[in-house]
Amino acid sequence: MKARVLVRLKQSILDAQGASVKRALEGLGFPEVQDVRVGKVLDLELAGVSADQAGKRIEEMCGRLLANPVIEDFTVEVLG
Amino acid sequence: MNFGVVVFPGTWSDCDFHYVVGEVLHQQVRYVWHRDTELGEFDCLILPGGFSYGDYLRAGAVAGRSPVVEALPEFVARGGMVLGSCNGFQILCEAKLLPGALMRNECLQYRCQSTHLLVENAETPFTRAMRTGQVLKMPISHGEGKYYADQDTMRRLREKSQVVFRYCTEDGRVTREANPNGSMDNIAGIVNEEGTVLGMMPHPERAAESAMGGTDGVQIFHSLLGSLVEDGTFLKR
Repeated sequence: MKARVLVRLKQSILDAQGASVKRALEGLGFPEVQDVRVGKVLDLELAGVSADQAGKRIEEMCGRLLANPVIEDFTVEVLG
Repeated sequence: MNFGVVVFPGTWSDCDFHYVVGEVLHQQVRYVWHRDTELGEFDCLILPGGFSYGDYLRAGAVAGRSPVVEALPEFVARGGMVLGSCNGFQILCEAKLLPGALMRNECLQYRCQSTHLLVENAETPFTRAMRTGQVLKMPISHGEGKYYADQDTMRRLREKSQVVFRYCTEDGRVTREANPNGSMDNIAGIVNEEGTVLGMMPHPERAAESAMGGTDGVQIFHSLLGSLVEDGTFLKR
């Protein structure tokens, strides 16, 4: 079973990397870009769990390691 | 006093701390491997700088869940002291032994330079040999040292005087220009509520002999030594 976790900085937190990428895009001739937020994608492969269990287990993984709740939000997508 | 210097795969300041504690301060010291959980013999554990486990995922994230770090709450509860510098500070925040988080420097550059630190609280076991308002000089060397905490946490840190060091100018002014990484309130180091766990981005072990360009880092160790009382416990805050 495959699952995808997206980890992003919370909206309330300034994303210095995103701001730098936005400036670079402006310099390359893409002035329409209003905001850039840089996040992480984690693709997981799991075995021996149902889709329901996988979702719960991955939430637990995010709470314990994959995301830092002080600065990050996450979403979990079980792809089946 | 008996010190342990924790070594993770990727730690780089372990030898420097070991040298300063053993050769400069003449205290007992040995290395502690990241899988060790027998910590009973130590008065103080040091989490040095470096890139523990490659700092993959987030700086200090994997180390923050390692066996030795998971044994720290019990070590602290029975009266042990913990000093985390640089990556050690990141690890202590990831392990929730200290509040907040350390993020990518606002300038996005790795900063390796000398900094001045204002002593905000000289009543912890780590700062007792200093005086509040004193300016120390110590180097930093990090890419992810911007201290962040939410507003409630920041208020609690101020109320409980947990901010120990702030980046400042040579004459002790806390300014934006003196802030090398964009840390909130120019924070360079904080303690837990009890004052027994110190996390700081600067490197005291690199300011420990005049040949290194300064000796201000040693004052942290002198404070610790001066806080240890005869029955083997520490004077708290």
